[in-house]
Amino acid sequence: MSETPTTQPRPERVTLFATCMVDQLAPGVGESTIEVLEYLGLEVDFLRDQTCCAQPAFNSGFRSEAFPVAKRFVELFEQVEGPIVVPSGSCAAMVRNYYRDLFRDDPDLVERAARVGDRLYEFTEFIDRYFGNDAISGRLSDTATYHKCCHLIRELGVDRPPLELLENVDGLEMTPLERADVCCGFGGAFSVKMPDISSAILNEKLDNIEATGANNVIAADTGCIVQMQGGLRRRGSKVQVVHIAEILAKSISRTVQTGIRTG
Amino acid sequence: MKPETKEFRSKAAQTLKNKTVLQSLEHVYTGFHEGRLKAAADTPDWEDLRTKGKAIKDHTIAHLDYYLGLLADNVEKNDGHVFFADDAAEARKHIIDLAHTREIKTVIKSKSMVSEEMALADALIEEGIEAVETDLGEYIIQLAGETPYHLIAPAIHKSRQEVAALLDDNFTVGDPIPGAGELTMLARAKLRAVFERADMSVTGVNFAVAESGSIAIVTNEGNGRMSTSVPRIHVAVMGMEKIIPSIQDLSTMLRILIRSATGQRISSYITMVNGPRKPDEEEGPDEFHLVIMNNGRDKLLADPQMRESLNCIRCGACLNACPVYRKVGGHAYGWVYPGPIGSVVSPVLTGLKDAHDLPNGSSLCGACHEVCPVKINIPRMLLELRWRAAEGKSDPAERASSMKERMLWKSWRIGMMGRRRFDFGARISRFLMRPISKHGWIKKAPPPVSGWTTTRDFPLVAAKTLKQRLAARKKSVDANRNRP
Repeated sequence: MSETPTTQPRPERVTLFATCMVDQLAPGVGESTIEVLEYLGLEVDFLRDQTCCAQPAFNSGFRSEAFPVAKRFVELFEQVEGPIVVPSGSCAAMVRNYYRDLFRDDPDLVERAARVGDRLYEFTEFIDRYFGNDAISGRLSDTATYHKCCHLIRELGVDRPPLELLENVDGLEMTPLERADVCCGFGGAFSVKMPDISSAILNEKLDNIEATGANNVIAADTGCIVQMQGGLRRRGSKVQVVHIAEILAKSISRTVQTGIRTG
Repeated sequence: MKPETKEFRSKAAQTLKNKTVLQSLEHVYTGFHEGRLKAAADTPDWEDLRTKGKAIKDHTIAHLDYYLGLLADNVEKNDGHVFFADDAAEARKHIIDLAHTREIKTVIKSKSMVSEEMALADALIEEGIEAVETDLGEYIIQLAGETPYHLIAPAIHKSRQEVAALLDDNFTVGDPIPGAGELTMLARAKLRAVFERADMSVTGVNFAVAESGSIAIVTNEGNGRMSTSVPRIHVAVMGMEKIIPSIQDLSTMLRILIRSATGQRISSYITMVNGPRKPDEEEGPDEFHLVIMNNGRDKLLADPQMRESLNCIRCGACLNACPVYRKVGGHAYGWVYPGPIGSVVSPVLTGLKDAHDLPNGSSLCGACHEVCPVKINIPRMLLELRWRAAEGKSDPAERASSMKERMLWKSWRIGMMGRRRFDFGARISRFLMRPISKHGWIKKAPPPVSGWTTTRDFPLVAAKTLKQRLAARKKSVDANRNRP
């Protein structure tokens, strides 16, 4: 996926699906995502009716509650053309890989969802596909390590692009994370339903993070970020967990253009 | 074996507190999982082999009745006997009756998870027949009076000291702990005498080859080979899904099984059995019996959403990769099959109503799917079972969710069906949580997130949602108005 950058004609406009977690808990991640996309010369639309992809209810087994919310998502995003960018591998995987299961008794909806899913990309996947992993040449003097979010690598197959984007940030010293691809233990409702198991998995992750000595751990999914930051805070650690969009936005903050078109 | 799937949470909690066991469980990652990674990387056509393995199993399971018939015919052509058991009790009774009619005094067992479904060793002992496990791990577990902890490493949770106490009659805690080699020799000496007096063996089956009527057994200790060649009667037991069409397929399946299980390119022993000893042969049993067991597998077969689980070749790779298994251990899963694959098959084979914590006890990280040699999509099936347990739509008796949970998700849905409600929900949540927060984080939250804050801080909802922030910058648009 990442070997040949800029293989497809570049779009001029994209639509952002922020995800409910970014929207409510980490709006800064959404703003950073927009800043990076604008830096790449894109016009970014934010549909103000958006809420959630329905993954929380779907993963908890409550498909009849998830169904109308997912259907609403499809109906909203099929009204716009062009790529949809999501700063979350997990929510992108819900739309692309699991809507077909959720909608399986309604072939028409499966088809419509697939058409939306086909042009929906996770943030780093999108940059890599259309602009290449060297498209962002920012600068940021700090130390960091990178956690590989499960759904990004396993559901979407996006492994290298985030790391390559980070390697391209001048001054950012990256230390490899031991067992980087092992889950952080979040798992949505699992983290609340079975907190002890979730935290035991988390603690192994946090030990490995702290062993790197880096100031920051970078991830690409707000669920994992909240889980890791919540755990680090509880153990009194100073390590900051940041979304890759935030790091990239910060690295280009002096060069980002202002006065972009508004809706 | 009586299912104890209901106790998943309490048994998991016990393991989480047990540092020794957690330490031993590390080996499934550093030994097996990393070994598998290396073996896969060293096999140039690895992904093709997995694809081929999946195709073989998909095909066989889709034509299971045909291949079972073919297998039975060919075993009988080889002068073996075939018995189809509908459940564990029937299989157990058949083997016990066989032992009685042949006046068997000692049965040696080689590793078999299917025989665990029957709780066969204990049943034989109750009948006054000596029954001894000969796989080293199984032998340790039998001495400890436990059930296997792992599909291929039944005693993985036992420390060397615990093993020494079980194997060495003179060992007392505090003594210098003997090395693994020394302990193995102790077990070997004890087992050798049992091998010599055994008049019947019970082994598992890794693959049954339909076209030739043969069975293949994969071991590293040679106990399988002893079991199939020393006693006068050999009984092989298999679940009805453990079948492949041809010897050609066996070559593919062995390559992916062994690499996925231990990271070896090939195991120390692969034993093929083609029925009893022929007149011109020097070794082998007088009688060969193949017991093919259903025990609920027809439910998986009849269930299009769950059928894929019958592709499993019991390599254990999903256990080794699973972050949950490595923290809760094998016994937490409460039945014969632990780990991700156990969380998929146990609820169907033993009842979802009691086992609903198994599919819910997963972070859905997908590591199981990633490592599976036959590409079983375990996360998809875990989600399927969660749905059945939450809503009981396919079978109302399966519903295990509480009224509180159902109300919670109903309100969630209402909150997500409109953007103004979504923003309002955020505002209410912030209003309620703000007094108990400090610097944007909460140390002790009320339900439904109280579980979270037992171990982690929880973030306060932002003062403004992204939409509100962007509206201030005039950056959001209506879907139907944003195109000229």
